[in-house]
Amino acid sequence: MVRPLPLAFTALALVVLAVAPHAQDMPPGPAAKEASERPAWQAHGLKPQNPNSPFDEVVSGLYFRSKETQEMQADDFNNPGFLAVEQGEELWSKVDGAAGKSCASCHNEASTSMKGVAAAYPKWNEKLGKPINLEQRINICRSGAVKAEPWAFGSSELTAMTTYIRTQSRGMPVAVKVEGPMTPWFERGQSLYYQRNGQLDLACASCHEKNHGKYLRADFLSQGQSNGFPVYRLRDQRLVPLHERMEGCMQDVRATPFQPLSDEFLALETYVAWRGLGLPVETPAVRN
Amino acid sequence: MTSAKIPALNRRQALAFGTGAVVATAFAFRTGPALAAKPATDEAIKAFTRGKEPVRGKVKLELPEIAENGNTVPMTVSVDVPMTAESYVEEVMIVAEGNPNPGVISFHFTPSSVAEANTRIRLAETQNVIAVARMNDGSVFSDVRQVKVTIGGCGG
Amino acid sequence: MADVKPRIKLDKKDVAKGGIIEVKTLVSHTMESGQRKDKDGKVIPRKILNKFTCDLNGKTIFSADIESAVSANPYFQFKIKPEETGTLTFTWIDDDGSKIQATEQIKVA
Repeated sequence: MVRPLPLAFTALALVVLAVAPHAQDMPPGPAAKEASERPAWQAHGLKPQNPNSPFDEVVSGLYFRSKETQEMQADDFNNPGFLAVEQGEELWSKVDGAAGKSCASCHNEASTSMKGVAAAYPKWNEKLGKPINLEQRINICRSGAVKAEPWAFGSSELTAMTTYIRTQSRGMPVAVKVEGPMTPWFERGQSLYYQRNGQLDLACASCHEKNHGKYLRADFLSQGQSNGFPVYRLRDQRLVPLHERMEGCMQDVRATPFQPLSDEFLALETYVAWRGLGLPVETPAVRN
Repeated sequence: MTSAKIPALNRRQALAFGTGAVVATAFAFRTGPALAAKPATDEAIKAFTRGKEPVRGKVKLELPEIAENGNTVPMTVSVDVPMTAESYVEEVMIVAEGNPNPGVISFHFTPSSVAEANTRIRLAETQNVIAVARMNDGSVFSDVRQVKVTIGGCGG
Repeated sequence: MADVKPRIKLDKKDVAKGGIIEVKTLVSHTMESGQRKDKDGKVIPRKILNKFTCDLNGKTIFSADIESAVSANPYFQFKIKPEETGTLTFTWIDDDGSKIQATEQIKVA
């Protein structure tokens, strides 16, 4: 016996379907439309500068983002990342600490003295016997010559100063060196990159090497390059430094993340920079 | 079906009812704001237009079809009219139907400005965004854009 | 809030009468929406810039009533048709009543 109630409601649904004016001309689903509107990222590939590169071509994360996001980065005024550059510029000439110095006291104009500097980081530090990244270098200066308190990782001052110094290398190719004493750190970073972590049992490579240019649910995956960091994230509406992003990635695969400025993240930063050798520094980049 | 008393639904019946209702709502949504049952938005629009029904046209709302991230969505609104002391766009209101508070921003123009503005807005979920423009003579126009807002694959 | 310096860009500062100047403004502000909760589950109170005005010689020629759905670091791009030479004053008003202000000089032939 056919029950009248569900039949009535199904009939109602069919009636609505029949009369709804747009029922016949439904536009293509979001993924198809999006793919046709997103500029082809493949057109922006560069030949990798490292032998044994895992990529045929290296592509900046910029080209995996939407047209609107790319437009936001294209204009230095529209790019909200420049608010951090301005903050960094102010801090550069601000006297701070017991020595009565500012960065400018020793380094004068950043656009001259810092040109090309950040592109070579992380760098081997002889005194510490390990590589250091730009954030650590800034704090070494602060506690050393400037005799001021180091800035905490993630603080707006440290992120702003890192952004300001890195933007002086904008347009220049990433140029990290992985030979000599850097080699064991490079190799450690390489192992970590391919190591599967977390409940989701994914490695960096699972998304960024094997599946860039594809959708992970609604996320269009990039090659996971670091040339634009610190980046202005649309989601967070502020500048995000690299180690914070990597920490987030590990949380996303439900792993216990490494700590920012840890040896693991220094090794990874070294290795990831190597993967992007030759890409132009884009700091401050705009990303999702 | 003519029974006066609707019997309590069993699970199968309730499921069929639910499916039908979802389908019906989805298509009402597609036919534009007039059929969308969003009381807070309707109230805001009614107050802005002083009770008048806005005419579709003249005002153009530009938003991406799919937002890269719902927290920062670029938006442009423009009204295609010459701005003179006698006839000008007084105000353009933007409402986001699906946000916890529908009001987004209202731009006030004068004959010393062009009726066009661009900003970045926050959208909580996939929804219709509506622009309503009011001229100094009280006439009102509107435009609607649907923006798809997703949660990124990697936890946002 | 007095120390926040807004970014302002005018595509030109000199126009003939009837000419159009494109204005871009960007100001640093978290625009706390009042929707977020802190790690203890308490709602973080709303604190946004709720009004923006562009005045020419003291008279408002463009303004916006802003709600919490405007993104952090609010960006506004608009066009003005100034009728007289003088001072453009840009003002942002915070929920707490404090103001951010900047000026630009323009010339209208």
